[in-house]
Amino acid sequence: MSKVYETVIGLEVHVELATKTKIFCGCSTAFGGAPNTHTCPVCTGMPGSLPVLNKEVVNKAIAVGLATNCTITQNCKFDRKNYFYPDNPQNYQISQLYYPICRDGKVEICVDGKKKFVGIHEIHMEEDAGKLIHDPYTDSSLVDFNRSGVPLIEIVSEPDMRSAEEVIAYLDKLRTTIQYLGASDCKLNEGSMRADVNLSIREVGATEFGTRTEMKNLNSFKAIARAIENERERQIDLLEAGQEVVQETRRWDDTKEYSYAMRSKEDAQDYRYFPDPDLVPIIISDAWLEEIRNNQPEFREEKMTRYQEEFGLPEYDAEILTGTKKLADIFEETVALGANPKKVSNWLMVETMRLLKEKEMDADDIQFSAANLAKLIQLADSQAINSSVAKEVFEVIFEKDIDPDQYVEEKGLKTVNDEGELRATVEKVIAENPQSVEDYRNGKEKAIGFLVGQTMKAMKGKANPGMVNQILKELL
Amino acid sequence: MQITDETIDYVGILAKLELSEEEKEQAKKDMTNMLEYVGKLNELDTDGVEPMSHTFSVHNVFREDVVVNGDDRENMLKNAPEQKDGAYKVPKTFD
Amino acid sequence: MDFSLTAVELGKKIKNKEISVVEATKAYLDSLEEKEKDIKAFVTIDREGALKRAEEVQALIDEGKLTGPLAGVPVGIKDNMCVDGMLTTCSSKILSNFKPTFTATAVQKLEEAGAVIIGKTNMDEFAMGSTSETSYYGATKNPWDLDRVPGGSSGGSAAAVAAEEVPYALGSDTGGSIRQPAGFCGVTGIKPTYGRVSRYGLIAYGSSLDQIGPLAKDVTDCATILEIICGKDEKDSTSVKESGDDFTAALVDDVKGMKIGIPKDYFGAGLDPEVKEGVMAAAKVLEEKGAIVEEFDLSLVEYAIPAYYIIASAEASSNLERFDGVKYGYRTEEFSDLHNMYKKTRSEGFGPEVKRRIMLGSFVLSSGYFDAYYMKALRTKALIKQAFDKAFEKYDVILGPVAPTTALKIGESLSDPIKMYLGDVYTVSVNLAGLPGICLPCGTDSKGLPIGLQLLGKHFDEKSIIRAAYAYEQTRSYERPAFATGKEA
Repeated sequence: MSKVYETVIGLEVHVELATKTKIFCGCSTAFGGAPNTHTCPVCTGMPGSLPVLNKEVVNKAIAVGLATNCTITQNCKFDRKNYFYPDNPQNYQISQLYYPICRDGKVEICVDGKKKFVGIHEIHMEEDAGKLIHDPYTDSSLVDFNRSGVPLIEIVSEPDMRSAEEVIAYLDKLRTTIQYLGASDCKLNEGSMRADVNLSIREVGATEFGTRTEMKNLNSFKAIARAIENERERQIDLLEAGQEVVQETRRWDDTKEYSYAMRSKEDAQDYRYFPDPDLVPIIISDAWLEEIRNNQPEFREEKMTRYQEEFGLPEYDAEILTGTKKLADIFEETVALGANPKKVSNWLMVETMRLLKEKEMDADDIQFSAANLAKLIQLADSQAINSSVAKEVFEVIFEKDIDPDQYVEEKGLKTVNDEGELRATVEKVIAENPQSVEDYRNGKEKAIGFLVGQTMKAMKGKANPGMVNQILKELL
Repeated sequence: MQITDETIDYVGILAKLELSEEEKEQAKKDMTNMLEYVGKLNELDTDGVEPMSHTFSVHNVFREDVVVNGDDRENMLKNAPEQKDGAYKVPKTFD
Repeated sequence: MDFSLTAVELGKKIKNKEISVVEATKAYLDSLEEKEKDIKAFVTIDREGALKRAEEVQALIDEGKLTGPLAGVPVGIKDNMCVDGMLTTCSSKILSNFKPTFTATAVQKLEEAGAVIIGKTNMDEFAMGSTSETSYYGATKNPWDLDRVPGGSSGGSAAAVAAEEVPYALGSDTGGSIRQPAGFCGVTGIKPTYGRVSRYGLIAYGSSLDQIGPLAKDVTDCATILEIICGKDEKDSTSVKESGDDFTAALVDDVKGMKIGIPKDYFGAGLDPEVKEGVMAAAKVLEEKGAIVEEFDLSLVEYAIPAYYIIASAEASSNLERFDGVKYGYRTEEFSDLHNMYKKTRSEGFGPEVKRRIMLGSFVLSSGYFDAYYMKALRTKALIKQAFDKAFEKYDVILGPVAPTTALKIGESLSDPIKMYLGDVYTVSVNLAGLPGICLPCGTDSKGLPIGLQLLGKHFDEKSIIRAAYAYEQTRSYERPAFATGKEA
């Protein structure tokens, strides 16, 4: 009988904090920019340069720690992690080993209706490395230090997850929480959120953990799911074949759906951590903690409840709308401008979602403003435009965030409510379609639909459909 | 403690130093002597003594989150042994 | 040109228009180029830059924009401090072509006060050494005896002042590197309290121990220079704003009632009897001037060197990782891949003493040894600081020798590293405890070599040691080496 295995997964999640400047110098963290244009002596490791800590990094790290139920280390320090690599300008990374800023947290996740907690071992602050670009012409690598020194927090979970679904739920939880805090945009595809997966397997019922591997280079939820499945199978195959799992770091290649060991004889994995003598301790007072605690935003769960209670939205709507901070923000802003909550919800849940899917965009990429959505809803409510025109206009708003009032005016899309004009057109349509008129009079109720359509067409879609219907019935 | 060839090779990998056979022998001797000498500290009872990084109680030294540096790339790259397209050029790092 | 002038005296003459900045600068440069044939105190001499700068400074003085005591006075800067655009090598091959893009804060403060930088002074490679012999650019000679070392690591700065190549210089002190060469060369040097002077732009050796300080002919100069370079720097998290930084106010010839302690442990085996005699004579002088002098047991003295070498080497192994041939400095000519490039660059770029300390430092931080060595050393450091704190409950100033001997012969100590390290016995504990120390000459031995007197103070109480040193200095006159007087002809 074959054995039944359990997968044990812990995550190391790196999140780029959304500060204006780097963690230890006054260089911009703005994305893009030509290579090395956001660098200075500090973030390029020039001799004689010294780091000075950005206070906002500490604020944001504390905020994330509080939101994930961690204990904040009120006397914390930075350590140096020593290893040579060209993207690491000092050949040591300033990080935290001995006194990480947050410890012993947990977050609740829900998979298939089952709730569970995932423990957070610690969260520490550190600096990001630069970027290496392969230069095919010279077969060498080029180093760009623009990202060097961008602040990161690393969130280390306990090995509490047992499936890819739990991993995704955990990551989604972290992402929404951190986005709500405004601490990071958490984009996996752009690298502002990066997850390394520590995975081991053991027989169901075993109490000891198996040997784990660490998987790197996972750039999407899908890649994470595929890599977990692949690594689980690889480890099971090894054990079934009587071999051992080697503790190592592996790199996932998502196009080949395959991972390989990142081994090097020059890679001793002995980081010689020691307290960084260039930085002084951070002492976080109760008052400081209290200030951050008081400024914590409303998180997803609270919002979901409030949307149902305050706006009478169904749970389903509340769940979708709060799925990203961006959608929730647009929803709340639009409602604040006087729009009907259910209508706003409908526009976001139906048309917005449809367009996002069609254009393969994330909610975070939404460009349109609440103001223009509110105006559109107002136009539709007042029957100034009919619903099909409204959808058309929304597509343009989604695309270019245009002012719908102006757009409708310029393009002449207002619904025609002038009875004289409508009556003249209907009369013309009746005269041009004797067969349909005949059919209707002979009891084929459906024929009226065709006549309405013809009228709308003649009026370029701008006719008030209700009035057209009424006039038609009257005249027939 | 006696320092072995393996230790010297291992420390060489950590420190990125390549020693000649002669230098290795010397390093072995120097390090053995030095470790024996600093082993003197073991005479001291330091139980319960908090390790001291800094001798003064300065803490919470921060910067405000304000961009103060502009583009200084040309200046930064002046000292680069090799550069290309505004970046530092190094032997390839990919397999 | 009278090269025996102190920096402050020259500053006065410039202010009184008795001599122009250009005249003074040119005179020093001309004289220095001749003296350098024997002394080799400089790695870089910037004649052109200095003369241009001298004109600018003169103009600023004439406009009334520069009025400080050192405006227009030439200075030598130890070659581990960054000066924008000026070759800065740390006396190492690995930085043989490095020109910083910014200036160290301490140097910048001097420039703002009107200093004219003559050039960069020689040192032990990356400040690792006590003789200035480990420089890639050759050993500096002691102006008192050209066969002898000037001490180190700030040997270039000390020799340059003693040889009167410059009126004053900046040095750095990690384990005695200002005080010991000052002692060997018969000049005065201050190692300030850790945090008193910004380390920004000082190429780090042992970051928790390094401090920049002045070397000059007398206490007045040193106090004046320190007053200019000290202060909180927003670029250095470990620099602090502390009161008691009006150092020149302590230039008072009065030690009545001052309590001076002499650690008996500093006068045991290994101390040269002539040095002992010289230092004890100085203590007597202070006592005669009204100070209360007594002996006491400091304790833990023999643990300072082991703790120091573990901490300094560990920090150095990390600080020197950045020298890898990627961003600046030397890169090996031929290599097969990245790691080969790293290894060859570093192996060719660093000298034996630097490699020795990097190897030791990497080892003591490595997995399995960190607690036994590094943490043990940090605990020892805490105990050493406690011992000083206890002593300073009783005394205002601690007095002792700066080194067990006077200047050694060139080559004498290089063969045995541990023997060389033992010479630091009186200086390293001061860095471990973060205290201020001053070294000033207290006579010569039978070989005619200067003996250094060291005074230590409480944290941020440089003023007490300045006062004691100043009072002692008033009882004697500055002795110039024959090399300096002989060159005047």
